[in-house]
Amino acid sequence: MTEDEGLVDRLRAGDEAAFAAVVRDWSPAMLRVAHAHVRSHATAEEVVQEAWLGVLRGLRLFEGRASLRTWVFRILVNTARRRGRGDAVVMAELAGPTVDPDRFRGADDRYPGGWREDSAPAWWEPEARVLSAELWAVLTQALTELPERQRAVVELRDVHGFPAPEVCDLLDLTPQNQRVLLHRGRARLRSILEVAAP
Amino acid sequence: MTTPSTRDVSCQELVELLTDYLEGALTSDEVASVEHHLALCSGCAAYLDQLRMMIEALGSVTVKTLSDDSLDELIEVFRGLVR
Repeated sequence: MTEDEGLVDRLRAGDEAAFAAVVRDWSPAMLRVAHAHVRSHATAEEVVQEAWLGVLRGLRLFEGRASLRTWVFRILVNTARRRGRGDAVVMAELAGPTVDPDRFRGADDRYPGGWREDSAPAWWEPEARVLSAELWAVLTQALTELPERQRAVVELRDVHGFPAPEVCDLLDLTPQNQRVLLHRGRARLRSILEVAAP
Repeated sequence: MTTPSTRDVSCQELVELLTDYLEGALTSDEVASVEHHLALCSGCAAYLDQLRMMIEALGSVTVKTLSDDSLDELIEVFRGLVR
């Protein structure tokens, strides 16, 4: 029996602890997906809750052709789309350089586009390589302040470990835009850590 | 005369290629250019190193889940359904 079948069986048998655990584990990523489709946090919570209700209603019919998680997120996306604003990706989230152009040498320099001597990234000290509690707090806070779609992609990919094609599917993104959003989000977070790092 | 298969990329261009590089979305020529640059440029190598550390750190960040109220409501429904 696969892990998935075991979980489905426990849910069907009414195992409340198993249900609470899976709701706790998957809802953060579900909230992020919902946020990419609807405007307010309250609506995103409603969408996730509604999706879980759909899961409970449909659990009897779940056939295990896809993984349970894929099936749950499919229900979520359908729910979110029904409630969604259907905006295209905001272009402002995709455009412009991710590193301050002033850190690079100008076009008339011998090495145009190279780091200026005083602004090249420095290697972090060994002790900074394991993030301190302080840097953790900075990173966690910075994540919540990313533009919505960058945050969705970074959280799904780097926090929750979803594969790229699944993220494209859940957020209605082309593979190219998914990478651009991931890149911009990661670059932003790195730059914030760079300033905060000792 | 040799025909180099790699084009020189500047630091400014390179930093914008790193996610595509990590995602395996570059052509083999582009990968060669990026790796050639990284081997010679400490600033860009440090940048990539920081990016990798940050990505690894994100793997253990805790993010917000449903509110306790929403969670309780769902469990309530769950109880009702299986009864």
